[in-house]
Amino acid sequence: MLKNRGIAFKLIILITLSSSLIFLLIFTYNYYASRRMIEKNVEENAKNLALSTVNRIEIVLRSVQELTENIACFLENSTYNKKELLQFHQITVANNPEIYGSAIAFEPYSFDKNSPAFAPYFYKENGKIGLKYLQDVLKYNYFVSDWYQIPKELNRPIWSEPYFDEGAGNIMMATYSVPFHKNVKGNRQFMGIVTADVSLEWLRDMLLSIKILKTGYAFLISKNGTIISHYNKELIMNETIFSVAENRGDALLREIGRKMLKGESGFVPFRSIVRGRPCWMYYAPIPSSRWSIAVIFPKDELTEDVVHLSRTVIFLGITGILLLSTAVVLNTRSITKQLRELSEAAERIGTGNLDIELPPVRSGDEVGKLTAAFHYMKTSLKEYIAKLTETTAAKERIESELKIASEIQMGILPKKFPPFPDRTEFDIFATIKPAKEVGGDFYDFFFIDQEHLCFIIADVSGKGIPAAIFMAVTRTLIKAIATPGMTSGEILTKVNEELCIGNDSNMFVTVFCGILNTKTGEVIYTNAGHNPPLIIHKGKEVTWLEGERNIMAGAMEQFVYKTEKFILQDGDKVFMYTDGVTEAMNEREELFTDDRLEKEIITIQEKPVREIVAGIMEKVVSFAHGAPQSDDITMMVVKFNGGEKGF
Amino acid sequence: MLEIDKRYLRSLYKEIIIRILLLIFIFLFSQQEIRAEQPLKKASFTPHWVPQAQFAGYYVAYEKGIYKKYGIDLTILKGGPDSSSVEFLEKGKADFAIMWLSTAIQKRSQGLKLVNIGQIIQRSALMLVAKKANGIHKPQDINGKKVGLWGAEFQIQPKAFFKKYNLEVKVIPQSFSVNLFLRDGVDVASAMWYNEYHIIINSGLNPEELTTFFFYDHGLNFPEDGIYTLEKNFTENPSLSCAFVKASIEGWQYAFAHPDEAIDIVLKYISLANLPANRVQQKWMLGRMKDIISPQDYKTRIGMLNRSDFLRVAKEMRENDFIKSIPDFDSFYRNCFTYAEK
Repeated sequence: MLKNRGIAFKLIILITLSSSLIFLLIFTYNYYASRRMIEKNVEENAKNLALSTVNRIEIVLRSVQELTENIACFLENSTYNKKELLQFHQITVANNPEIYGSAIAFEPYSFDKNSPAFAPYFYKENGKIGLKYLQDVLKYNYFVSDWYQIPKELNRPIWSEPYFDEGAGNIMMATYSVPFHKNVKGNRQFMGIVTADVSLEWLRDMLLSIKILKTGYAFLISKNGTIISHYNKELIMNETIFSVAENRGDALLREIGRKMLKGESGFVPFRSIVRGRPCWMYYAPIPSSRWSIAVIFPKDELTEDVVHLSRTVIFLGITGILLLSTAVVLNTRSITKQLRELSEAAERIGTGNLDIELPPVRSGDEVGKLTAAFHYMKTSLKEYIAKLTETTAAKERIESELKIASEIQMGILPKKFPPFPDRTEFDIFATIKPAKEVGGDFYDFFFIDQEHLCFIIADVSGKGIPAAIFMAVTRTLIKAIATPGMTSGEILTKVNEELCIGNDSNMFVTVFCGILNTKTGEVIYTNAGHNPPLIIHKGKEVTWLEGERNIMAGAMEQFVYKTEKFILQDGDKVFMYTDGVTEAMNEREELFTDDRLEKEIITIQEKPVREIVAGIMEKVVSFAHGAPQSDDITMMVVKFNGGEKGF
Repeated sequence: MLEIDKRYLRSLYKEIIIRILLLIFIFLFSQQEIRAEQPLKKASFTPHWVPQAQFAGYYVAYEKGIYKKYGIDLTILKGGPDSSSVEFLEKGKADFAIMWLSTAIQKRSQGLKLVNIGQIIQRSALMLVAKKANGIHKPQDINGKKVGLWGAEFQIQPKAFFKKYNLEVKVIPQSFSVNLFLRDGVDVASAMWYNEYHIIINSGLNPEELTTFFFYDHGLNFPEDGIYTLEKNFTENPSLSCAFVKASIEGWQYAFAHPDEAIDIVLKYISLANLPANRVQQKWMLGRMKDIISPQDYKTRIGMLNRSDFLRVAKEMRENDFIKSIPDFDSFYRNCFTYAEK
């Protein structure tokens, strides 16, 4: 399809086609216009030629007519004896070079009452005048000859059909016959016919001298359509225009022939008689004999010059179009070459190779501008990528450092469970599932003295390195501050004091700190802004630890944290967690919620600590259903097994 | 000596070669000689008009060696207005002649002992032609008009026709050209279907502009061209006469089967006679000859003369005083087909 071809191809096709079309239109118009012009000229020319020939023939025929009519006039208006008649007749023939011979043919017994026929005929022979009596030659039966009978029956002068006269050396002749009469008792009585024979050899010469273009010619047909003169001798007297038409099944030619015989004139297309070439023909009548002349010239000769010129024009046109195409090819090639280079370069840039050589900017045109833009784009991309690489490297370094920090941080949390295998008064299990980023959750537990287990779960505000550092600081502080005899409130008050010192970044941490008396099951605790834990009473209900929620540690100096307490019975458990559990989000941005947590705890409340943590973790994960974890998820369960048992 | 010897040898070789060639020639020719069996008999023949396709069968038979095949060494004489075929036959200038049936009947009844040995044309081609423009559409329209008629036998049918339709016409003698008709010197002209009618067409008149009266269509079918010889010729050598008839018929059959070749032959004779030669005209003529020599609706064998045709012609002739008595059919017509069978 054209759509997918190159610009060069499209341009060549478009330009070549449109210029060819324009050329063709101009050429065609030019060809037909000049042809029309020439045709018009030639038609005029042919018409003039035909008419002038008609006039020349007319002059000869009319002089013969006049002469014959004069003889008839003489015969009608004079009295003569045989001798006088023959003398007059002979002189007339001798003195008129245009006629070959002449007859005066009388009706039976009208010249001489004793003679059934009398028809003297004077003719020229070798420069002398000869005399024949037609009644002898034609056996007293010249009365049925055309030259006699037709004018007699029609009672008017008439030209005969041309004929070959054997006596005169087989030359073509035509005879003009005039009837003459005599007044007998007031009646015009038909006496006979006067004739004059005229050789038509000059006609042939005259018509042969007519030359139109190269092979144009003229021909003459008689009243019967017989071909009297034609350059092809074989046609003469042998063919009529109608036999030619019949021979080639040309109804149109027959129609033309009929029009010619009717004395019409016209300019018509015609196929030449001998070779059937397409021709133009002008025909016109010769009025006196009612013959018709036709002037013919081949169409191809008529248009020969035009055809010749047209050939040159076509040659020039094609050459021009070829040159134009070549120019277009070269020009578009240089353009598309650059474009191709650019597209190749763009492809390679796409694969990430920015070091390739771009084509140089060669011009200020659109392609040049495009190339310049490519150069700029390449440079910019290169710079950008360099910067990006640098930044990414830095970021990666920080990230890897962070990761290490996070790992270290996680590493410091106790991970060995059970942590105190020799202490059976309680079970403890905790887990932390860090979010992608370094977070600030942590848990911890340790013995302050032999009977008191301190357990902490905390969540530092914010994320990242500062949170991690803050968390580490907080944890270290708690561990350092917690000494035997201290309540959880005292510990946190002190921790708070320490945290507030130099806490310019206003970071804080929520902490739930509990101290379990492993003998009694009494737990003192302080909640510094942390989510309230759940107390799972063995075989009974699950309750929220609705104690005082103090302010978060590190938020306010001089704050004194209150200590509260509750008792764990045998088998009771404390479930602690960070907001990473209740605020876990699924893809619909719904939260896990406290209620859901409570419900899920209830279903598994009788399970061992490890399974409770694992169960809730599973629920949270399945709730999130693949949604990214945005916060650390930390859980810790402490179960009291009864003080006495351990000892 | 050596020179002479060489020459002698050379001439000897030549002679040997020539003799061998001669032997071959003789052998080849003897094949044909044997077929011909007997030497060719000389005979002469005249058509009753100038060479044209009307006589194509005879010229073709001659040119194709059919006469020779039948053992005849034929000479075809030039016919035409100046040479009457009857006269040629009568004076012994021709052994065989073409004549119209009517002419022959007339001559026979006048005492010339000629016999018909083959009736070639079965259907009359003689007709009258008129221009519709002159108001002639049916026979009655001819009444009072000028009618061009040829002489003698050409007048029998027209006169019977005028009588049949009770027409009074002004008869104008008609020459061999149709110009008088074309120039309106006569209103009605005589014409042969195969000749003048087509000349008129090829002088620019269209068939639809003409009214034609075929005598054939008006119960006046006069079979025309037949082959005649003198009774004594026939009696002396009937096999020659019948060989001529059969060869001629074969010539016609060949001409109808090969019209282009036949026309070429006819045109050759026309141009030998120095006459206007027009292929289209001859083609038309040959076509019409086929129509009238072996009409499609006709059962008669080519060359046969029907008694009924003979009687029709003879009766019309007697009624119009062309003859006084009707000749005896069986002595007038010698059927070569039955003769050969005998």
